[in-house]
Amino acid sequence: MKSISRLIAVTKKEVRQLRRDRLTFGMIVGIPVIQMLLFGYAINTDVRNLRTAVADQANTHLSREFVADLVQTQVVDIVDQVETPMMLEERLRTGNISIGVVIPPDFDRRVIDPERPAVHLLVDGSDPTISGVANQLRAMPVRFDVGQAAKRNENIEVRPFYNPERRMPVNIIPGLMAIILTLTLTMFTGVAIVRERERGNLELLINTPVSSAELMIGKIIPYIAIGMLQLALILVVGHLLFRVPMRGSVVDLYLAAAAFIAASLALGLLISTVAKTQFQAMQMTIFLILPSILLSGFVFPFDGMPKFAQYLGEVLPVTHFIRLTRGVMLREAELMELAPDFYFLIGFAIVAMTAAALRFTKRLD
Amino acid sequence: MTSEFAIEARGLSKLFGDLKAVDDLDLSVPRGQIYGFLGPNGSGKSTTIRMLCGLLTPTEGSATVLDVEIPGHARELRPRIGYMTQKFSLFGDMTVLENLQFIAEIYSFPKAGRRARIEELLNKYDLAEQRRQMADTMSGGQKQRLALACAVLHRPELLLLDEPTSAVDPQSRRDFWANLFRLAEDGTTILVSTHYMDEAERCHRLAILDHGVKVADGTPQDLQQNTGMHVVEVTDDDPYAAQTVLHDLPEVASVTQLGIRLRVLIPENYDAPLDIVSAALSRAGINAHIAIAPATLEDVFVAVTMGCEERHS
Repeated sequence: MKSISRLIAVTKKEVRQLRRDRLTFGMIVGIPVIQMLLFGYAINTDVRNLRTAVADQANTHLSREFVADLVQTQVVDIVDQVETPMMLEERLRTGNISIGVVIPPDFDRRVIDPERPAVHLLVDGSDPTISGVANQLRAMPVRFDVGQAAKRNENIEVRPFYNPERRMPVNIIPGLMAIILTLTLTMFTGVAIVRERERGNLELLINTPVSSAELMIGKIIPYIAIGMLQLALILVVGHLLFRVPMRGSVVDLYLAAAAFIAASLALGLLISTVAKTQFQAMQMTIFLILPSILLSGFVFPFDGMPKFAQYLGEVLPVTHFIRLTRGVMLREAELMELAPDFYFLIGFAIVAMTAAALRFTKRLD
Repeated sequence: MTSEFAIEARGLSKLFGDLKAVDDLDLSVPRGQIYGFLGPNGSGKSTTIRMLCGLLTPTEGSATVLDVEIPGHARELRPRIGYMTQKFSLFGDMTVLENLQFIAEIYSFPKAGRRARIEELLNKYDLAEQRRQMADTMSGGQKQRLALACAVLHRPELLLLDEPTSAVDPQSRRDFWANLFRLAEDGTTILVSTHYMDEAERCHRLAILDHGVKVADGTPQDLQQNTGMHVVEVTDDDPYAAQTVLHDLPEVASVTQLGIRLRVLIPENYDAPLDIVSAALSRAGINAHIAIAPATLEDVFVAVTMGCEERHS
C-alpha cells in the first residue's frame, strides 16, 4: 500500500538522520546511564550523620551515657562540644551544625520527673527532612533503666514490605525510569518537527503526497524503538548496580512502557505543532518536566499533596507510569490489577496524537 | 475535459493581516510553456505560487490547476505537480542519492524503474559524481540541480519554481534554463518566478507583478512593443547633468542611467520625443548624442511599475 510505503520512507529517513547526529545518538544512551548512576547513588532520604554539637551542662555519668547513646544511633555525628545553648544557636545560624543538644545542669533530676523534658534539641527547621529525622530522636529512651523502657516502644511493629532493607535505589529507580523516558522522548520528538520547519524541509514535505498522519507516525516509530532500548538499559543497569528487583513480569512492564512511550511521544509531537522554534520546543518541554518530577509522586508521596496538586498530577502520564513501574517491579502486581493507570496512558496517547495530527495542517497559513 | 490552460486563476487574493500580498489576480498559463512571474521582492510572487499548490488558502478567488479546483482539492494535485522552494529544502544531512531515493519513495515511484530513473536524473543534472556527497556540503549550483532533479523525479505535469536561480552564478543559471527548456519540450508546464530581466526574457509568456497586482502580461515581444512609451537613448560624458535637466521635463515619465547612457521614457501621446529631448538639452547647453531605441524588458518593467506607484499614491 502506498500509505505504508510512505510511512516507511519517513521512518527510514528519520533513522538515517538520527544515526548521523552523533550527539543525539550519544544522549540516547548517555542520559539514562549517567542519570541512573548520579541519582541512584546520590538521592538518599535515609538521613544519617547529621552534624551535631552538644552543650552538656550537667556533665554527669548519666548525661555522658545519654550522649554515647545518641552517637550509637548513627543519626547524629557529634562534631563539637560547647559550653552554653547560646553557642549552639550561633552554630545553627551559621550552618555549622544541623542539630544542637542541650543537656541542662539538672539533667539527672529531670529524667525522673515526667513533667519536665530532660533534653532540648535545637533543630535546623529550614530543612524539612532534618526536622523530621530529629523527631525520631524523641523516641529515644532517657531513663536509668534503659533496657526495660526500650521495649515499651515496640507495641507497633513496622514491616517494610517490598523493600525490607529500605534501600533507596529500589524506590528511586522505577520512578527515575519514568522521568528519563519522558524527558528524552518528549524533547526529541518536540524538536523533530520544529527542526524540519526551521530548515525548510517541511515546505517541501507538505507538497508531496505524504499525509500528516504518515509523517507523524513515521517520525515517532524510531523513537518508540529508542524508548524500548532505554528501558532495557535502565533495567539492566538498575539490576546490576543497584540490585533493583524485577518481581512482576517483564512483559507487563514492557506493555506499560509501550503505552507510556506512546503518550510521551504524542505529547512531544503536540509540542512541536505549537512551537515555532526549537528553542520554544525546549522551553515547553522543561515547563512540563518540572511538574512531572515534583507532582508525580516521584519525589513526594502523592497522598500527601493538596487536592488540586493531586488533580494536576493525575493528568501527567508520568504519575501513572510511576505507579505501574513500582507496582510491577516491586509489588509483583499484574498489569491488569493496575488497569486504570494503564488505560489512562493509552487514552492520553490517542488524544494527544489526534490533537497533534489535527493541529498539523498541511498548509503554511 | 482538459482545459488548454494548465493554470487559470480568477480574482486570486491573499491578505496577511492588513497587507494585501496578492490583489485580485487573474492568470492563464497555457500548457507546455514556460510562464514567468517577474517582480521585485515582496510583489506577491511566492504567495501566488504557494496558493496555486495549496500551501496557502486564498482569502478570495479561486483557481483551476491541471483541471483541479483550488482551494479544496490540493491533495489530488500533489502527485502531479513539482515544487521547488526558494530556500534549499532538501535534507542537508543526507547524500544526493539518499535524497533522491527518499523523494522517489514518498511519491511512490514504481520500484521497477526507480533505480533507472535516479541514474537518469543524476546524469542529466550532472550530479553523478556527487551521489555520495552530503547535500549540505554542495555548492549553490549543485544544490539547485539536486532540488530540480527532486522536483521532476515523479515526472510532474506542472512545475512551480520559486526564484530558483537566486543563489547561483550566471553560468549555473544558463545551464538551469537549458534544463527548463528541455522539460518544456517534453510537455511540462513551468511557472517560474524571478527578479532577473534576462530570465524573464527567456519565458514564453510572463506576468509582471507589483505590490500584489498584475500590471502587465503577455509574451516578452508583445510587452516590449506595447509599452505605451517612446524610448530615447541619450549618450553623454556627463550623464548626471543631462539627467537633472530631463528629469524636470513634464513630458518625461522616467530617466534611468546605464553607465554613460540615459534611457528616457516619454509617453506615446507625445509625437516628437526626439525634439522634446534635444530642445531641453540645448537650452541647458548640453551637446549629447540622442536616438530612438527599441524598448527592453527593463523599460517595460519601469513603465508598468511606475503606473502602479501613481495608483498607490
